[in-house]
This record gives sequence, structure tokens and C-alpha cells, in this order.
Amino acid sequence: MAQLNVNGKMVQVDADPSTPLLWVLREQLDLPGTKYGCGIAACGACTIHIDGRATRACGIAVSSVTAQQKIVTIEGLSPDSSHPVQKAWLAMDVPQCGYCQSGMIMTAAALLAEKPKPTDADIDAAMANICRCGTFVRVRAAIHSAAGTSNSKG
Amino acid sequence: MNAHEISRRSFVGGVTATAGGMTFGFHIPFDANPAHAAAGAAGAAAPEINAWVVVKPDDTVVIRIARSEMGQGTLTGLAQLVAEELECDWSKVTTEYPTPGQNLARDRIWKDFGTGGSRGIRTSHDYVRMGGATAREMLKLAAAAEWKVPVGEIVAAESILTHKASGKSASFGQMAAAAAKIEQPKGVALKDPKDWKIIGKPMPRLDTADKTNGKLVYGIDLKLPGMLNAAIRACPTFGGKVTSFDAAKVKAMPGVKYVVQVGDNAVAVVADTWWRAKMALDSLPITWDPGPNKDLSSAAIKALLTEGLTSDKDVFVGNSSGDAKTALSGAAKTVEAIYSVPYQNHATLEPMNATAVWTADKCEVWCPTQNGEGSLAAAAKAAGHAQNKCDVHKIHIGGGFGRRGSFQDYVTQAVLIAKQVPGVPVKLIWSREEDMTQGHYHPVTMGRMVGGLDDKGNLTGLHMRISGQSILSVVRPEGLQNGKDPVVFQGVAPNDPVKPTANEHAFCYSVPNLLIDHAMRNPAVPPGFWRGVNVNQNAVYVECFMDELAEAAGRDALEFRLALLGNQPKAAAVLKAVAEQAGWGKPMPDGVQGRGLAMMRSFGSYTAALAEVSVSADGKLKLHRIVAATDSGYAVNPKQIAMQVEGSFVYGLGAALHQEITIKNGGAVETNFDTYPTLKLSEMPKVETIVMPSGGWWGGVGEPTIAVAAPAVLNAIAAATGQRIRSLPIKDQRIRA
Repeated sequence: MAQLNVNGKMVQVDADPSTPLLWVLREQLDLPGTKYGCGIAACGACTIHIDGRATRACGIAVSSVTAQQKIVTIEGLSPDSSHPVQKAWLAMDVPQCGYCQSGMIMTAAALLAEKPKPTDADIDAAMANICRCGTFVRVRAAIHSAAGTSNSKG
Repeated sequence: MNAHEISRRSFVGGVTATAGGMTFGFHIPFDANPAHAAAGAAGAAAPEINAWVVVKPDDTVVIRIARSEMGQGTLTGLAQLVAEELECDWSKVTTEYPTPGQNLARDRIWKDFGTGGSRGIRTSHDYVRMGGATAREMLKLAAAAEWKVPVGEIVAAESILTHKASGKSASFGQMAAAAAKIEQPKGVALKDPKDWKIIGKPMPRLDTADKTNGKLVYGIDLKLPGMLNAAIRACPTFGGKVTSFDAAKVKAMPGVKYVVQVGDNAVAVVADTWWRAKMALDSLPITWDPGPNKDLSSAAIKALLTEGLTSDKDVFVGNSSGDAKTALSGAAKTVEAIYSVPYQNHATLEPMNATAVWTADKCEVWCPTQNGEGSLAAAAKAAGHAQNKCDVHKIHIGGGFGRRGSFQDYVTQAVLIAKQVPGVPVKLIWSREEDMTQGHYHPVTMGRMVGGLDDKGNLTGLHMRISGQSILSVVRPEGLQNGKDPVVFQGVAPNDPVKPTANEHAFCYSVPNLLIDHAMRNPAVPPGFWRGVNVNQNAVYVECFMDELAEAAGRDALEFRLALLGNQPKAAAVLKAVAEQAGWGKPMPDGVQGRGLAMMRSFGSYTAALAEVSVSADGKLKLHRIVAATDSGYAVNPKQIAMQVEGSFVYGLGAALHQEITIKNGGAVETNFDTYPTLKLSEMPKVETIVMPSGGWWGGVGEPTIAVAAPAVLNAIAAATGQRIRSLPIKDQRIRA
């Protein structure tokens, strides 16, 4: 039985120790906002925060996360979609199919927590998430909008 | 109950259950029983004015959308069309999907559910608008009857009905119940485009909010009470079959409930969770009969296509005028080039999935699909039931790109699994590896271009030989025309000189002696419709070769093209638009080494692109800027068009620069994004989109820009380096000598 701190709540999970955190979140904790895209930490659709750092949940065994570590998923980023990244995403209509966007938003939120005024190079380095619809132009613009920085590629 | 958990009532009661009153986290599959349909989605409280429009007492307008939203914005665009005619308050608009079962029960009242070929709006705009207009008239007629005034004196605007003379007014919601009882008037006039207030405006999407907080339910997220989860593996060799599998080896693994064969080529493990099903599947010993294709390789396919470049066997003519061969033999100068485009996988980020529950007398499926009616047909066939004993609930799609339209393999599999576990809902999810290796791939082709120039550098003859795979011959053989696959000629089909917008895939250039033909060569790799379809490679062949011809003629690439576009002024206009905005012919911005142009007509629209690039001394490509223009006739939502244009560059350039499915031992080699890399945000330059609707016809926007992405960049690379890339993807080719 694993104990996890997810979105501010302590939860008990009965999962095989090697189960990736992604599938514990999706299948056992009913938090399907974190998406499966590749299973090899290549696409970023499963990005969550562990102690504030953007982390790909498909590549982490549930047993390697301690009860002291704070896990935040897209469902817990804000209680009412009021995180500046979420607001910028809505204002700029960033998503297309939307499937990658939980991961995009979590990655962007972690970037801004670390670098409140990111440069385009910072955004290039952080936002390695795959988006097949191709929302990148608006992802970049929305991050700049949330940060109040200027877009050299806009 | 969780937001994504469906009440048991929705499937225990089956297709005749009343859905009213249930609260799901996604669009409610409303009542399939036509006898109840007039009551609408939320029961008697929400009258259906007609099939397209439900108005609730609180004035919420529910617009029914038959096509599938997969990111392309059709949900919002189609709602704009209905709302425009309905004269409703846009802020009160919501949408819902009717099910294909309901469509069947109501004599296809919503017509086609198919969502592909950039057809969502352009093939339904008339009857969808008529749905809104008719509902508006019914609301007005109801008000006229109640107020005893002439209907012609009633004005509908912003969801309010007003009769000026008497001072009476009512909201749509107040009049909806009465309107629902009015007989539908026929022949209601549609608004003149010049009076549009919602169509043509950059309305925000209706489906964004829940995509920013994790609340939107995709097929893969679905959860039903008592549901089991299935992981599947099909034979990795195309055309192969299951010989045997040793279920006993995994039966005792945690959570495993069943191990079942699925059709003749796949095995599935059904467990309490998908992860446990996958773990067991990975441990399951399966022996395969690889079948007849076990030796197929990319090298063999290339040899087959290369032979087709000059063969006379199985050749079909798609477009010809004059005598190209004679013109070429008599030309002052001939230019020849051979290009190739590889297999591509759709790689939707949400892998294939479907949830099914089967009983002896009915079957229900919940799935992401681009063609709900196709899903219903596949489900019914697999279930062994009549279609009216089945239904499909369309769930929001995590990327389609053509994978989930004509191909319902994942639905078939889900039902075949569910059939072996009667009464239990089973959710089938493909792993990424399954998704990559069981694709219906963008077909492989090569193009041999031969052009003849006279002594003044004018193009006098052109022969375009396409060699390669036909999609229709595998997917829809009934669509072949005496053996010819017309889809192969997308973007290079005959032009109608009288009405240039008539042929949605016309070859726009006027060449006096023209021959475009196809040597059909069909390797045993499943081909499919992949966003942009055959326009993509045809545009590479035509538009790169136009640059090669211009160079050989010593002429400017823009001027050379424009001289051939006398019969297609709208094609010339999009080219000129990008050239002007980018400053074609003027000095390039700092750091830019080359500019490239491309233009294409496809899916009814005209598109052009201009790319600015540089290539470092060690051969590293940098995209600096893209300017793109689209003339889609009418432009329903310019913001959506801009989003589709931006995304098209990502999709098209990801393919051109990085992606290739290679074939070894009769199967796909690439199994995940580590070996099938997509374009990343860091590679993407700014995109300046020019939306320039000239009106008068309806063109698509989801696909047309893909085709111009690759040739514009390839032409820019050649301008920067003097070196031409003719074989895609660029991948690890050295692009600067």
C-alpha cells in the first residue's frame, strides 16, 4: 500500500510497486486529465508536478514516490482554472484537439514558477512536449502572455 | 460519481434507455428513440425545435453537430453556421452530438457524419444553415400565433422575438415549446453573406475551457461501472495471423481476467486495469504466422516504385492535354528530377481506443471517431447484430488526421473482445507501439518530373509520373474508375477553364502539353488517408520542380509560376500575397539565407506559403519565418483558419524533416516517438497567416496548407545552399555540401 500526496490530499493506493505513477493517477485515483501518449517519457502528455518540478508520470514507478513529495496534476493546478497559464490558454484559444494540453500547461506552469520571465530560448528548452495538431505558435504566445514578456517569434 | 464515470443506466438500459436527467462530464448521448426524440436531450423540459436546434427554457441553445470535432474547430464553425441563421445569442450556444444510431432511426436526418477530406463545413453548410433558418422561422411562427400578429412583422435577434407594433417580446426559451409543435416551413431563404454577423468572425472556440483543466473526457478516459480494460497485440507483420498463445502463462498475473483471441490476427488481455492488462500481454507467449509479406522491406518497395517511374505497365492517366511526349522530345532544354516521399503514420497523440458492451441482443460503443456511422457499421458487424440494435457514442477525439475515419479496426476489436465477456463493458486501449505498427499509413510514392523549355525559357511540356501506392485500391476499391485511383491525382487533376473553382483539386498551371499519370504499385503495407492525403507528395513534386524549371530557364520562381497561372487568378493571388508580405525580390532579413515559395489548390481552397530559412555550415536547418495565405472562398472563422494553418506547418514539416515509417520483415520498424520524432516547438518559427476569402464557394481548411509546407521549405533550402533535397524526410541527410 503506497501513500501519496496528490493535489493536497493524502491518498492510499494499492498498486503493484512498478506501476507507473501515470496509471495510478488515471486508473486508481480517477485523475484522467493526465494523459498517456507514449509510455517512454518522450511526448510529455503525462507531465505533472512533483515538488513543483515538471515530471513525466509515465516514467516513474509509484513506489519511487514518497508520501512527503507533493504531486500536483492538471486537476489540482488551480481550483477554478485560474492559474495564469490556464487563463492565458483560454484567452488565446491555444488547444486544438487538446489531448497534449494538460501536459503543455503543467510544463509551462513549472517553467514560469522557475523563471517568471522566460526568454524564447527558455521556452524552447522547456516546452519539448509533442503536439500533433501543432499548437506551438499559440503555446509560445500564451506563455509570454501569462508571463508578461514579449514574443520574439510572434 | 466521477465526472467521467457514466451512470449504469446509460448502457444497462441500452439504446432505448432515456438519457434525460443523467449528468455526465461530457455530451449526453440523448434519447435514441425517435418516439421520444421530439422531447429533446433533457426530456420534455427542452424542446427540440428541429433536428439541429434545441432551446431550453433558460434560453440555452443546443446545436446538434453531426461531424466530429478533433481539434480542427468544426464544432465551433458548424455552430456558427446554425447560430447565424437562428439569430440566437452566441453566448447561449452549446453543442451536442447526435448518435449514429439516432441518425439511422431518423432516416439520416443529420446526413453524413464523416469528418475527413476537410469536408466538415464545405459539404454541409447549406443544410446546416437551413436547420438554423427553419428553427428561427418556427420560433417566429409560434410567436405570431400566440400574439395573433402577422409573422412578417416579427423580428428575431439575439435570442429575442419582438413585435414592434404591439410591444410584445419573448425569448427563444419562452417560445420554444410552442415552436416545437409548429410544422417545419419549407424553402426558408438563407441570409445573404453580406448580412452575416457570426459567420466570418473569429469567435472563440466553444470547447476550450475543459481542455485547460483536465475535465474534457476523451475516449481513453472513459470509465463505466464494472468496466474491465483490455490491451491488445496484433501480428506485427502485415497480413499475418495468430498461430497460438499460451494464456496459462499469464492467467495468474495480478488483475488478469481473460485472455482472448481477437479476429484472426490479434490477442488481447482483459484485466481490472489497463496497466495490468499490458503487463500480462507483454509476458504472453504468442506465436505468429507471418503470412506472405514476411520478407517485405523498404528496399524492395523502393525497387518496385523505381521500376514504375519508367514503366508502361499498370499506368493510368489522370490529366493530359496536347502531346507532352512530343513536346518534350522537341524541347530546347529538358529538365528531369526524381522525388520520393515515404510512409507516414498518423500518430494521433491519443492512441486508438474504444469501449464496448455487448449482450445477446444489443451492443453499445463509446469511441473517438471521425465517422460515427462507420463506427456503427463496424460495431454491428463485429457484434453480429443489426445496426438498429447497436449504437455508438462519439467521445471527444485526441487527434484524428484521417486515422479514425475510414478505419474502424479499433472499434471492431473492442466489440470482438466485449462479445467474449457478455454484459461487461470493456475499454480497449492500444499502446503507442501498437498504434505505430498497426497503422494505415500515408502511402509511399515517387515522382519523376520531366519538363521541356523553349529557347525563351517557357514551359512547353511537362510529364509527371507518379509511381506508387493507391489508397482506394485497398480501402475503397469501388471508388476506382476502370482501375484508376482518382485520389492519386489530388492537386494535379484537370482544371475547368470556364470555372476555375469547380475542381477542388485542379492543377492550376496551364501547360500546353501536359501528361500526369500514375504507375500503380501497391506494396502490402496498409495505406490510408493521412491529413492532406495525396496532395502532400504531389505538391512536393510539382512545386519543387517548378523551382527547378525556373532555375533552368533563368527566371524568377514567382514570375515563372505567375506566367502559368493565367487560368487560375485566385491561385496567382495567394502566391502574390505571400510574396508581397515577405518582400520577395527584396533583401532578406539578417540571418536568412534562402526563401522558398509553394502554391497548391486542394480540398477546394487555394493556399500558398513562403518560407525563410538558413542552413549552418555543418548543415543545421533553421526556419526563420513562414508566411501563408489561404483563400477558402468563404471563411467561417478566420481565427480557426489561422490555427489550422499554423498546425499544418507543424504536421507537414514534422513529416518532411523527421518522420518515416520504414519496413522490415513485413512490418513497421518505428514503434514510438523516439524513432518517429515529431516537429518540436523549438523548431517552429513564427507563422504569419493571411486569410483572404474571396467568397462565392466553400473550401476546406483542415488540410490544404499541409501540402505547401514541405515544398516551400525545400525550395528555401535549395535557395540557401544551392543543393536540392528530393528525397524525404530530410532526417539525417546532409543539406549543405
